[in-house]
Amino acid sequence: MKPSPGALVTLALLLILAFAPLYLGAYPLTLLGRVLALSVAAVGVTVVWGRAGILSLGQGLFFGLGGYALAMHLKLTATPPGDLPDFMVYNGVERLPWFWAPFASAPLTLLAVLTLPAAAAGLVAWLMFRRRITGVYVSIITQALLLAFVTWLNGAQGLTSGTNGITDFQTFLGIDLRSPGTTRGLYWVTLAAVALALGGTAALLRTPFGQVLTAIRDNENRTRFLGFNPAAFKIAAFMLGGLLAGVSGALYTLHLGTISPAMIGTAFSLELVVWVALGGRASLLGSAAGLVLGQLAKDRVSSAAPDAWLYVMGALFVLVVLVLPQGVAGLLARRPRAPQPPLQPAAPSPVPREVSDAL
Amino acid sequence: MDFTFIAGQLFTGLSVASILLLAALGLALSFGLMRVINMAHGEFLMVGGYLTYLAAQWAGPTLGDGYLWVAFPLAFLGSALLGAVMEFTVIRRLYGRPLDTLLATFGISLILQQAARHLFGSTGVPVTAPTWLSGALTVGDVTLPLVRLFVIALALAVLGGMWWLLNRSRFGMQVRAVNASREMAAALGVNTRALDLLVFALGAGVAGVAGVGLALIAPVNPTVGAAYIVNAFLVVVVGGVGSVLGGAAAAVLLGFVTALAEGFTSVSLAQAALLLLVVAFLQWKPRGLIPTTSRALEDA
Repeated sequence: MKPSPGALVTLALLLILAFAPLYLGAYPLTLLGRVLALSVAAVGVTVVWGRAGILSLGQGLFFGLGGYALAMHLKLTATPPGDLPDFMVYNGVERLPWFWAPFASAPLTLLAVLTLPAAAAGLVAWLMFRRRITGVYVSIITQALLLAFVTWLNGAQGLTSGTNGITDFQTFLGIDLRSPGTTRGLYWVTLAAVALALGGTAALLRTPFGQVLTAIRDNENRTRFLGFNPAAFKIAAFMLGGLLAGVSGALYTLHLGTISPAMIGTAFSLELVVWVALGGRASLLGSAAGLVLGQLAKDRVSSAAPDAWLYVMGALFVLVVLVLPQGVAGLLARRPRAPQPPLQPAAPSPVPREVSDAL
Repeated sequence: MDFTFIAGQLFTGLSVASILLLAALGLALSFGLMRVINMAHGEFLMVGGYLTYLAAQWAGPTLGDGYLWVAFPLAFLGSALLGAVMEFTVIRRLYGRPLDTLLATFGISLILQQAARHLFGSTGVPVTAPTWLSGALTVGDVTLPLVRLFVIALALAVLGGMWWLLNRSRFGMQVRAVNASREMAAALGVNTRALDLLVFALGAGVAGVAGVGLALIAPVNPTVGAAYIVNAFLVVVVGGVGSVLGGAAAAVLLGFVTALAEGFTSVSLAQAALLLLVVAFLQWKPRGLIPTTSRALEDA
């Protein structure tokens, strides 16, 4: 099979990024590593939203589960054996809570990072999609669940360290997290994760599975009548999105050396969506690149003019949707010989499709 | 847990429910008619609150307590105008793309919140309630602050007005017709575009009036709308989309559950539990308390 131009561009970009530690200074490299970690979650949003048509505003929940799972392990390793983590001592917690215990083991933690967010996503998706809850309802419910999680994290000071979040990590798998060599190693690990996420997802979406997802996005009922069970496909896509968000959260926690409820809240989850929308919701490379460039721009603008940032964000939301519904990638991919059908019915048709089709 | 305490909590829950209901009315209207989710709806509450504050600043010195009668039309018209502008510039262009509308309106809400921060600062501005609302009614051992009673009465009045408007007026007949079948209503001569604009502005105006009630109870700050919007959405979802009666029942239910849960556990746990409860409820009735029945296969 001939590789697509998108795959070639992706490969070239990954190659250029692989040599970044050689030509970038310390701060730009950490920043780049950090946003690359986030772009793994953006790939997940592309699958869930761009391909399966499910707009989740609660990806922070799965991101947070991955991040907190790793953070709990790092906190326990940084605590002398037999002692409790410092914030528990301050809050008068006398015994290690049961859900902390498994995270003392590194293999179990890694397993949890890979399975916990995906399992949670699977449960949420199963509850929603088996009852055929769709569209904006899904967006509202996912946002509400994220809000519940964040509220609990904030409130349960003694169990989760509350608004301060979990911090003060020292080593991971025996590696000192603060040495300069670790920064470089972590950068490459992150880049490998990005490459794996992009490659694996691209391969998966090219299979019949990916095509059924697109079919569900474009017309769920018609897909059902063709004999597919949309719920099963949507649950699988949602789990993949959760898995990628969880991995992203764990990597991000390693990069930043901390995780707190503020980092995973509504604002984070919506930002993720808007960068994906800007880059191109249906394009894997587009959404990953949109997130990386968007976050880098945010770093610049918000340090220069913190007040202006929210205006920029708000305007971006409106403009992307009005002017660039397929994002920058959609603009670049517009070739005259293969016109892309619009993602959603272009003509304003509040009448259900089935009815208008039958008329 | 004695009776007095529970009664007090229920009363507080009822006044919270009143504001939720007013906020949810506009949401339900525009969702029912246009299948549009307006994430910036909470900001109409905020605008109504700030307009009340301005009314108290401007008219307070001359009119005294009478500022409230300036605040109501000001908040209603101000929010309605903002809603009309939003509908005309953004939402109208996105019909048939509900998820995109959700994102665009979220952007608008970010801009409005930041603008409020610029104009009024990020701490809340207090509005002094009129003196005739400063007392409290005592029933047995339970004290009922007059301000909260006033807010409940306000919600009932608006609810009654809306019911009349939707079920007894020509305008309401047209709204119901478009709700049932947009194409058929248009074919019979209903100007659906103008109706969309009016309904959206009306919903925004009602939220603005809710903002007046909110300002009487607590200081107005830039995130007050965001604090109410998720619960207002839950009211719409639990009540059944497009059902005024279902919305009212859901608002009271959610208000009670929150107030009672807060009485027994911490505020944050109560909120988390409420959100989980709603998700569980949707397992049982995915279309809400009072679903709009339709023979269409898909309706948003």
